[in-house]
Amino acid sequence: MKTTLSVLVENHPGVLSRVAGLFSRRGFNIDSLAVGTTENPEISRMTIVVDGDEYIVEQVKKQLNKLVDVIKVSKIIPEESVSRELVLIKVDAEPQVRSEIIHIAEIFRANIVDVSRKSMIIELTGDKDKVSAFEELLKPFGIKELVRTGVIAVNRGNKTIKIEEDE
Amino acid sequence: MEISSAEALIRSLEIEGVSVVFGYPGGAILPVYDSLFHSKKIKHILTRSEQAAAHAASGYARVSRKVGVCMATSGPGATNLVTGIATAYMDSVPIVAITGQVATSLIGRDVFQEVDITGATAPFTKHNYLVKKAEDVPRIVKEAFYIASTGRPGPVLIDLPKDVAETRIEFKYPEQVVLRGYKPKTNGHPLQISRAAEAINKAQRPVICAGGGVNSAGAEEELLKLAEKAHIPVATSLMGIGAFPEDHPLSLGMLGMHGTPYANIAVTESDLIIAAGARFGDRLTGRVAGFAPNAKIIHIDIDPAEIGKNVKPDIPIVGDVKLVLAEILKEVYPKQPTEWNSRIAELKKKTISYDRTSRLCPQEVIEALSAKTGGDAIITTEVGSHQMWVAQLYKFTKPRTFISSGGLGTMGYGLPAAIGAKFAKPDKNVINICGDGSFQMNMAELATAVENNLSLKMILFNNRGLGLVRQLQEFYCEKRYSQVHFGFVPDFVKLAESYGIKARRIDSREELDGALDELICEKGCFLLECIVDINENVYPMVLNGSPINEMIGG
Ligand SMILES: Cc1ncc(C[n+]2csc(CCOP(=O)(O)OP(=O)(O)O)c2C)c(N)n1
Ligand SMILES: [Mg+2]
Repeated sequence: MKTTLSVLVENHPGVLSRVAGLFSRRGFNIDSLAVGTTENPEISRMTIVVDGDEYIVEQVKKQLNKLVDVIKVSKIIPEESVSRELVLIKVDAEPQVRSEIIHIAEIFRANIVDVSRKSMIIELTGDKDKVSAFEELLKPFGIKELVRTGVIAVNRGNKTIKIEEDE
Repeated sequence: MEISSAEALIRSLEIEGVSVVFGYPGGAILPVYDSLFHSKKIKHILTRSEQAAAHAASGYARVSRKVGVCMATSGPGATNLVTGIATAYMDSVPIVAITGQVATSLIGRDVFQEVDITGATAPFTKHNYLVKKAEDVPRIVKEAFYIASTGRPGPVLIDLPKDVAETRIEFKYPEQVVLRGYKPKTNGHPLQISRAAEAINKAQRPVICAGGGVNSAGAEEELLKLAEKAHIPVATSLMGIGAFPEDHPLSLGMLGMHGTPYANIAVTESDLIIAAGARFGDRLTGRVAGFAPNAKIIHIDIDPAEIGKNVKPDIPIVGDVKLVLAEILKEVYPKQPTEWNSRIAELKKKTISYDRTSRLCPQEVIEALSAKTGGDAIITTEVGSHQMWVAQLYKFTKPRTFISSGGLGTMGYGLPAAIGAKFAKPDKNVINICGDGSFQMNMAELATAVENNLSLKMILFNNRGLGLVRQLQEFYCEKRYSQVHFGFVPDFVKLAESYGIKARRIDSREELDGALDELICEKGCFLLECIVDINENVYPMVLNGSPINEMIGG
């Protein structure tokens, strides 16, 4: 079972290694981890996709909360949130198959961001399923390189993940 | 006026009320030792290795309920601290460890005596700091003491690069700690407290399992009141020893792998377990599925991450065990002794037994010592069969008088911890009970004891080997005894004498009484070596994977 957690942390050096270290030490599996600063430059937000049952996810949350640099841990409910991942794919693109690849890219609303004689780079954003489907379709052409950012997620509507200032 | 941040560090320690620091100097920490030189308030105890400094800080902290402080230089000094820090972490002991570090500009270049100690200790410190800016020193010290001593206590490390230590700053000690990611919860949830009290009122066969949290929170009075009010028997974990007087009719002694038969059976038969400041460690529960199979479980712990980690509770309560027990007490009805108390009395007839052979048995030495001291001493131990016999047979009646490495089981802990304990309570008799294996790990600390005129007492069980591991090999390796017998042991009496320590060796029952009198009355240090048989096993014993009521020899 995959669970997405949103983790607000102090933007200090060493925080990432503490979080990553916690996962390896306690034997938790990370599917993906994306990190960047928030609207407040003192605070970073990590989006972590954890693979594990309910017990594991509870433990991950509690252990993360024990880290002094971790300010808040929230679970992201898939139905109530938007999640996206960005992927860059360099695919073999000899002239005779190019138009076919461009066609697939258009259907997925992907962007072609670089073209060279034998290959091109395509940029796609979407949720996990969309990215995987796209990858599947491009495989026959020959994928030379593929880079994913890892999932990031935000709750829909008025629900926000922020630190309460009075806390 | 500007002062160096090394001096700011020392001043900050003084403001935190630190009166003793255990440590060992070196190059990278020179500025700190130079500032320490001028301190009139802080006494520095030079141990003979950094590991011992950390253990001494831990022994000091556990006995005094203050934060223990240790110091070391960068590189090998820092790595020598590691075992001590991990030991403190596993037993939730508040210590602040300060390490020197190479200059900021050199970090990451593998220069002389550089090691990434914040990286290395991250998994077993509550928090740690690599100080980047000199002006952060006072704030970091303030935070370190706060984090170490609040919530679930634990070690915090401060790594101070040499150039930062030399930088001059305007000293101002912060009044408050501002940590938005650290807010330990101390008051239990009122609804959960009511539910717990109700469960206690309804229970017919309740048992309290008291853990190390009761000792560290100073919750012994609340525990005693609760037990007496409703006549609830109390078992303790190894770390909980002393939290409940073992001469009390409601005491069940220690629970678990080498626990008393009556504690293990009572827990198995109980219908309600009240775990207070205990974490359901694997040595306590045995096979989890067989642990108190018919009981509801109330779990009181200050660390939310302990709740549900090993055993799923019916009524979880996050909070300071002292406050939570006091609240529960208000809602619990007084109860008269019931059938359950008669059953407990019946169970308690079958005590831990051992064969009195013609030779001197380690168990009888401990029982005799217990009778002699009347529980009015601080007992530290090393790790091994001698440690288990102390836990089983010495009658502890006061909190924080049993100081032993539980979670990590670190051989070599006892002697330096005894040194720390003696600094915390100079008027108490402090006795380290050790095996010949463990003693040899940190015996260099005899010098520290002598140098500081400490009156430390030591009982050394010499079985010429690693008794507890031998026992494991007997049970799990079909008696293939691999590397558990020493081919050589020194003459421990002469060794002690070379330090100017009085010592005596005995190997018979007849000598025991006189030797113990000598040990207790001696003004200086004293070492009593008891020659014992390595084939003496610790019973009862619960095998790996068995429930705790299935005991060998129980
Ligand atoms: C630092 C360390 N190394 C190894 C062990 C494993 N170990 C546990 S008990 C024990 C034997 C201890 O021997 P001794 O101190 O002589 O005690 P005895 O069991 O003989 O009473 C050993 C080696 C340990 N607990 N700690
Ligand atoms: Mg031995």
